[in-house]
Formats: sequence, C-alpha cells, structure tokens
Amino acid sequence: MDWASIQTVVWTLVKILALVVPLMLGVAYLTYAERKVIGWMQVRIGPNRVGPLGLVQPIADGLKLLMKEIIIPAGANRGLFILGPILAIAPALAAWAVIPFTDTLVLANIDAGLLYVLAITSMGVYGVIIAGWASNSKYAFLGAMRSAAQMVSYEIAMGFALVGVLMAAQSLNLVDIVKGQAGGFWHWYFIPLFPLFLVYLIAGVAETNRAPFDVAEGESEIVAGFHVEYSGMAFAVFFLAEYANMILVSALTTLLFLGGWLSPLPFLPDGILWWLLKTGFVLFLFLWFRATFPRYRYDQIMRLGWKVFIPITIVWIVVVGAMMQTPYGHLFH
Amino acid sequence: MTYTTAIFYFFSAILVFAGLRVITARNPVYAALYLVLAFFTAAGLWMLLEAEFLAIVLVLVYVGAVMVLFLFVVMMLDINLDRLREGFWKYLPLAGLVSVLLMIEMALILGGRYFGLEVMGTPSPQPADYSNTRALGRLLYTDYVYAFELAAVILLVAIVAAIALALRRRKDSKFIDPAEQVKVKRDERLRIVKMAPVKREEWGARGEESKP
Repeated sequence: MDWASIQTVVWTLVKILALVVPLMLGVAYLTYAERKVIGWMQVRIGPNRVGPLGLVQPIADGLKLLMKEIIIPAGANRGLFILGPILAIAPALAAWAVIPFTDTLVLANIDAGLLYVLAITSMGVYGVIIAGWASNSKYAFLGAMRSAAQMVSYEIAMGFALVGVLMAAQSLNLVDIVKGQAGGFWHWYFIPLFPLFLVYLIAGVAETNRAPFDVAEGESEIVAGFHVEYSGMAFAVFFLAEYANMILVSALTTLLFLGGWLSPLPFLPDGILWWLLKTGFVLFLFLWFRATFPRYRYDQIMRLGWKVFIPITIVWIVVVGAMMQTPYGHLFH
Repeated sequence: MTYTTAIFYFFSAILVFAGLRVITARNPVYAALYLVLAFFTAAGLWMLLEAEFLAIVLVLVYVGAVMVLFLFVVMMLDINLDRLREGFWKYLPLAGLVSVLLMIEMALILGGRYFGLEVMGTPSPQPADYSNTRALGRLLYTDYVYAFELAAVILLVAIVAAIALALRRRKDSKFIDPAEQVKVKRDERLRIVKMAPVKREEWGARGEESKP
C-alpha cells in the first residue's frame, strides 16, 4: 500500500470516530430525555440528582454498568453469549455510514444507500436471536422467538413503504431522495405518501422493539425477554443498540418523508439544524408512544403487520404508480 | 498484491472456512450461523465484482429473512445428533455423485480457458456513477418482462399452495376476530337484571350461614 491510501484509511477512520462519538453521546442523552419526558407526562420530575437538572445521570449510569460484573450463566453457550450484544450493536452503527446530514456531510454517499440501510438493519435481529438462544433460558428464548418473528414481519411492510419512496424519488441514493423533496414542506414526501409515512413510522417502532411493540422483553410475561441473563456492560450494549436504532429510524423517517436538512419554507436557509430538529421530533414521538400506549398482545402485533400494513402499502404503491401515468403525476414526484 | 486482491483472498478464505464449518459443525445452530457468515462473505465478494445490487439483496433476503426463519426452526427443534448420523453410509454414494457433478461444473467455469470460454471476454469496469440497480431494473421490466412475470406467478402459486396446505381451522379455537370484537354492541354482552332491594339484617343472617 502506498502513502496516499494509508492517508485515506486514516482519514476515513477519523470520520467514523467523528460520527460514532456524537452518536453515542446522543444515545446517552436520549435515555435522559426519555426519562425526563416520560416523567413530565406522568407528572413526575424524572432524574434530577446527579449534576444540575440531573444532566450527568446518563454518564453515571454508564459508569455504573461498566463497573458491574458480567455474569455468564453456567449453562450458557459462552462464545455466542458474548457474540449476541456485539451483533446487536454492529448493524446499528454500520447503517450510519450512509446517512447524510447535509448534501455534502455524509461518510459514504453510495448509490444504493437505501438498500444498504435496509440490508444492514435486517441483520440486527441476529443479536437478539443469538442472545436468546445462547442464554439457555426459557424466558430469553421466548423473547428471541417473538422478536425474530416480529422483526421479519415488519421488515416487509417497511420495505414496501420504502418502495413508494423510491418510486417518488426515482433513486436509491439518500442524498438524491432528499434533493427530490426540495422547495418547501408541501414538496416533502409525507404528503403524497401519507399512508406509507404512517406505516413506516409505526413499523419503525415495531422494528426497534419499542413500546407498544416491546413484547420481546415484555416484563410482565417473560421477565425481560432476550436479555434477561445479561448484566453489566453486555446488558448496556443491548441498550446502546436499541437507542442507536431508534435514532437511525428517526433519521431515516426525516430523510425519506420529512425533507432531511431542507427547511420547511423556501426562503429559510437549509442546514443540519433542520435535520436535528426533525429527527428530534420523531424521537419525541417514540417517547410519547411509550408513555401513551399499553403493550400490544402478540397475535395482534402479527395481525397488524401482515393483514393491515402490508395490504395498505401494496395498495398505495399501486396508487402512486397509477397516478404517475396521469397528468397529476408531478404531485407524486 | 493490490489492495483488491488482498480483500478478495481475505473474503475467500473466510468463505471457504465458513462453508466447511456448515457441513462439519455438529450443532445445527452453529451450522446455520456459519451459513449466515458464508452468505455475508459471498455478498462481499459480489461487491468486489461490482454487482452491488445483488450483493445487498443477498444480505437483505438470505441473511435478513431466510436464515432468520431457518434459525428460528432449527432452534425450536430438539435434534438428536446420533440419529442424524445413522444414514451416513447409505447416502454416501448419492452424495458422492452430486459432489462429482458439482466439481465438474466448477471445473468448467474455473478452467474456462481450456474450453474456449475466452470468447465471452471480461466485462469492462463501469464508471463510478453507473447504477447497477437501474440497469437491472430496466432489463427485468423490458427485455425479460415475460420471464420475470412468469417467475412472479410461480412464486405466487407457491405462496398460495403453502398457505392452503397449512391452513386448518380448529373448531375449539378461542380465536376472536378483532373486527367482530370492535363491532360488538352492549346488548350482546350485558344484561341488566332488576332486583328487589334486600334488607340489611337478612344480608347479615345469610352471610353467617354461608360462612365455611
């Protein structure tokens, strides 16, 4: 290897660090925001002891989990038990490689970005399944089975929702998809693709195993689901993965349906601030859902995924395809 | 050795190792996990061949969906490893025949220059802005549209057949259709009974009697 390629590799590693460190900070403060927001919704105060307004709380939590012992159960499969959390977090971070923050600020502007994100996030389920199986515990195994079936089902609806977006944008490149929504909020895809937007948002909640779809860890039935046997940092890694996935789904919703870094009104300047605001709003929806809805029953989750969402998406794809052939086609671009 | 060649050998070594472990691992769950690794590495190799659409779809479909369901089944089964080994010698001749066929096919491809495959020529590298997905999509929906539609119909028939084979309605099932549940009226579930008021003393006396 020559000097130039070594430089490229080092520079890419620096950029990856510049992406992952703020992401991990974001994850830490998302847990804080979650506890505060849900606290206020339930007329409580939330964390307020560690530091001013409890702002150092996530750091304290992280340190506590780092100090704790990682217990590997006697009957567990040692190698896979440790592989589980790693496989959970790796896709959650790898998918961020193609997420654009502005039209120039993106780690890898690849042509099939949308497909890449879909493929990488579909691997996140392995962490859950392997963790559940390797724990050698009934509760963990049941959680893993539930989560596997749920994630595979909702991925289909999610994929079909994305088909609608790529029909409208006529591109799989995330930067091009955002550029296709230029010119004020009435050009954003959430208006012509409104049913797909709703399906994507809800399937995103199900895909990240968040309330009200958190049956994978339903504590009232199966204790804590797939991570019941995990402790210390191994347990924390599952949480990091879950929250990183939450931010990822919010960022994708922002990019695909809410215009990414574009400003809602044409005369305002575009910028990363809009991206952060919109992603923050979608994240707030996640927390709001958790504080509002009781957990779904498992068979009803499956029904919603297969018998409601998939038909809706298929019908709307046909509608978009048909409308594009009419004189009103420009409304769907 | 260029960087690309190094990557190729790295991926190939992992692929061969994972492939070997798929057939040698005793535990079926391990075998399935090694198959996942093999698919993922193969996707990496396809990426080197500039077939990024196929590579990503391989990960999306096989790693993300098919193998998940496969693992799902393998984990649920209680497999007796000794019974799996029973038919080993009986099936060996058939397996040998299949592997010889596979080897001949591979030799035909890998030793292409002895069989005049050179006339095909190596594909020229595409520019960076070339969209593999767009090219494939255009071909599938224009030149090969009938074959594509035919494949789709065959798959649809397979789906319908699988559902038809597995669908059984149990008479004693307690499943409730949520649509019916939502439509229910108060009169169907609730009966208001008018009762004459009862005096308190009588209540107390009755309560004493019914004490165990």
